[in-house]
Amino acid sequence: MEQKNTILPTNTHKLFTAPLNRTNPVIVQVLGICSALAVTVNLKPAFVMALSVTVVVALSNIIISQIRNTIPTRIRIIVQLTIIATLVILIDQLLKAFVYDISKQLSVFVGLIITNCIVMGRLEAFAMNNKPWNAFIDGLGNGAGYGLILLIVAFFRELLGYGTLWDYQVVPDSFYEAGYENNGLFILPPMTLIIVGIIIWVHRSRHEDLIEKQ
Amino acid sequence: MNLINLFVKSIFVDNMIFAYFLGMCSYLAVSKTVKTSVGLGMAVVFVMLITVPINYLIDNYLLKKGALVWLGSEFADIDLNFLSFIMFIAVIAAVVQLVEMIIEKISPSLYASLGIFLPLIAVNCAILGASLFMQEREYQTIAEATVFSLGSGIGWFLAIVGIAAIRERMQYSNVPKPLKGLGISFIITGLMGISFMAFLGMEF
Repeated sequence: MEQKNTILPTNTHKLFTAPLNRTNPVIVQVLGICSALAVTVNLKPAFVMALSVTVVVALSNIIISQIRNTIPTRIRIIVQLTIIATLVILIDQLLKAFVYDISKQLSVFVGLIITNCIVMGRLEAFAMNNKPWNAFIDGLGNGAGYGLILLIVAFFRELLGYGTLWDYQVVPDSFYEAGYENNGLFILPPMTLIIVGIIIWVHRSRHEDLIEKQ
Repeated sequence: MNLINLFVKSIFVDNMIFAYFLGMCSYLAVSKTVKTSVGLGMAVVFVMLITVPINYLIDNYLLKKGALVWLGSEFADIDLNFLSFIMFIAVIAAVVQLVEMIIEKISPSLYASLGIFLPLIAVNCAILGASLFMQEREYQTIAEATVFSLGSGIGWFLAIVGIAAIRERMQYSNVPKPLKGLGISFIITGLMGISFMAFLGMEF
């Protein structure tokens, strides 16, 4: 990948941008799909979810990376889970305090960030053997890559399912008068999977080396 | 009667995979052959059946507002609900560890078939999800919570075995190249989800 005008040093820059596209956590590494799909009916909760996951991944990456040499390997999963759970509790309380409506909409999925494979996956794959600063950037990048997919899916679901974007109506009234109807199928959960399938299709046709053999 | 209704509902209507996408990571990663997916599915049913009732007891006798009243009336307005995430995940990790040791002792053959999947289950969203749904939906009795957990587990089992069987067959079909593997699995899961929606609104 050639990069011009990088603000950060090239290595760090790569750490951040790779998960946005080439090694995207959702569609390439197959991590964190569970929660990615259930919260994407509207853009707003999808955005809040993406933000929360990014914060949790980045912070837990820093913390684990700081203490990576002192954690006994045998019990590392429990240590990691405890740290993640603590961060998630903080996020959950913050959401309840400041954006109560959205926190109600996200319901159990905030708690499920704990078992979100992105967090565990990045901790195991990256933070356990890298320096804190790099781990932080890696966390930010992966959170952003996850958020990107979430927002793409939410964009199509909200636009086609409700005719709105970020709760503002974008499909003009004249369309409805002319007989246009919102497609109720997009509000239902299974449609998300199909949209992600199509995203994967597009992405892999652009990156042919990612195509699975079998 | 209510329990049967809840059981059928949690298998088909509120299916963990098709309605809530929980446990998708292992669902996609381990569903290449029917044999391994049966192993993982059984392990999930087993762990879910144990952890949800335990978490139900913890929630109702330790964490809920007023749950500590059995200690004395001065504890009546303590609300420890914010601790529930960390408690639930600790219970799940401990139970997984315990189950692993017990199975290894009692039935080495079952251990050999489940062995590699057990540690994976601690971070399976479906397990924690079942406990969180149990808390959110406020089931009244422990029987309801148990039936709900059994139903959800079986629903997950059915889903993973179903997709594994389809994926085995798929090797002989002509899928567009970029869709191969992951992409087509997503789309199949979506189609299966749509067909499962036929159960919506059924009463028993």
